[in-house]
Amino acid sequence: MVDLGIKIHKLDFKNPVLTASGTCGFGEEIADFFDLSRLGGIVVKGTTLKHREGNAYPRMAETPSGMLNAVGLQNKGVDNFINNIYPRIKDLNMHLIVNVNGSTIEDYVALTERLNELDKIPAIELNISCPNVKEGGMAFGVSCASAESVVKAVRKVYDKTLIVKLSPNVTNIAEIAKAVEGQGADSVSLINTLLGMAVNAETRKPVLSTITGGLSGPAVKPVALRMVWQVYNAVKIPIIGMGGIMNATDAIEFMIAGASAIQVGTALFIDPTIPVQIIDGLSQYMERHKIQSVNELIGSLQC
Amino acid sequence: MKKTVIDFLLLENKKLNKDNFLLILQTPIPISNIFPGQFINVEIKDATEIFLRRPFSVLDVDYEKKTISLLVKILGRGSRKLTEAKEGQTISAIFPLGKSFTLPDKNDRILLIGGGSGVAPMLFLSKICELNPANVAVLIGAKSASDHIDIAAYQPYGNFFFTTEDGSLGEKGYVTNHPVFTEQLTQFSKIYTCGPDLMMKSIGRTAIEKNIFCEVSLENMMACGFGVCLCCVEDTKTGHKCVCTDGPVFNVNDLKW
Repeated sequence: MVDLGIKIHKLDFKNPVLTASGTCGFGEEIADFFDLSRLGGIVVKGTTLKHREGNAYPRMAETPSGMLNAVGLQNKGVDNFINNIYPRIKDLNMHLIVNVNGSTIEDYVALTERLNELDKIPAIELNISCPNVKEGGMAFGVSCASAESVVKAVRKVYDKTLIVKLSPNVTNIAEIAKAVEGQGADSVSLINTLLGMAVNAETRKPVLSTITGGLSGPAVKPVALRMVWQVYNAVKIPIIGMGGIMNATDAIEFMIAGASAIQVGTALFIDPTIPVQIIDGLSQYMERHKIQSVNELIGSLQC
Repeated sequence: MKKTVIDFLLLENKKLNKDNFLLILQTPIPISNIFPGQFINVEIKDATEIFLRRPFSVLDVDYEKKTISLLVKILGRGSRKLTEAKEGQTISAIFPLGKSFTLPDKNDRILLIGGGSGVAPMLFLSKICELNPANVAVLIGAKSASDHIDIAAYQPYGNFFFTTEDGSLGEKGYVTNHPVFTEQLTQFSKIYTCGPDLMMKSIGRTAIEKNIFCEVSLENMMACGFGVCLCCVEDTKTGHKCVCTDGPVFNVNDLKW
């Protein structure tokens, strides 16, 4: 038996496979397809203090080996999450992580305080990288100073595992990672989507209602891998890698580049059973390579 | 039945006319309780250009043979690629998805209006609604006679009416120009429709005006089909709703039409 267990800060995960925020709802939506307790964890849909309708339709454009989205954090707000959703999903027997969003630092802090009260939420993923909202979101994640200020404020009110989700839409992601590590982040997750755009040549109009949107899928994988490797060389805190992971080999590549865990996102739209295929594929790979613990893979890139 | 990722066997791929194909897919697992309006999200194997699955409304189901039929109309790269699939190959699909039309009550007189590939759920509904065929009217519109598919198999289930834009079959014009729609609409207690957006809007607005129950099946662009990507939303009177899970069938009174 191979050991798939990994650790992010103080938190033990039974395996390094998580599902990414905004691609698996609250878990319930994909519960028909497999036993959710097989996952290392689920990062639930991006949550805000207040209800958000998100952006206007159309919000999606298919692109070569990927897609653009401009959902804009549609969600019913934290009260709805705490009162209606949390009671239904809190005993799923894997780690539930909430993706936290705000337009202001006060929003992030207030939301974090609410989530801090929930016993079965052992970690939050601070989203300072959403490209699809007018205020806040990515604006916080593209400079060291603003990233530091939001992480510092949230760290003061949150004593559980604090993961910060980084934007790839920056000149030097390693600098941002170091900045948030310096303010007490326990882990960084990367990458959020790459800012992109689609045009309809026939109508000369943008495909998305917001003109620009976030690119995800296999198209972004090489960029994501490069950034995970750069961040791995810059910080000591564990990295959760994501960006175009479609199968176990992709997941293994991210771990070799330095990720302690990975998130499956857009792939779920194509096949919601991919996370379990990755878990099984990872075990088979380790047996084939006589690797006892999956931790041996992390950052094992041989340059 | 539970939503499942299924490897279907393509039993039959038959060209019906220029752009329309009938695909019959067999599942390796039992299927149950599939209703008109529900859909299947099909994987199209293509190197890079086609990344997402493509949704198709169910045309028919045979529980004994464990098959479902799809009417595939070539509209773009994805549907074209699917019509090139070979009989005997496997096709991955997520199934069943979405909510169905509200089945009529036994005293209803219903009008089913289909345009383009939107005829699929209309034909399915005519077959399973269990009404006296005299109380089922099916109105189908297309550009030209050669775009209409053969509906002989469904003829026993209702009275069929046709329109074509060039007048080559049935009444000339759109479905909304047909006397069944312009003169007899108030005889119906329920209207169901699936087809191009403009057609459904025109029908829906008339139904609202005349206060007749009307359900429409929307086809907003979607990535997942099971309610996680939140891309296919329709702006309804109660906010953004996912066409894939809250629909695709909506009552027109819930829409901002």
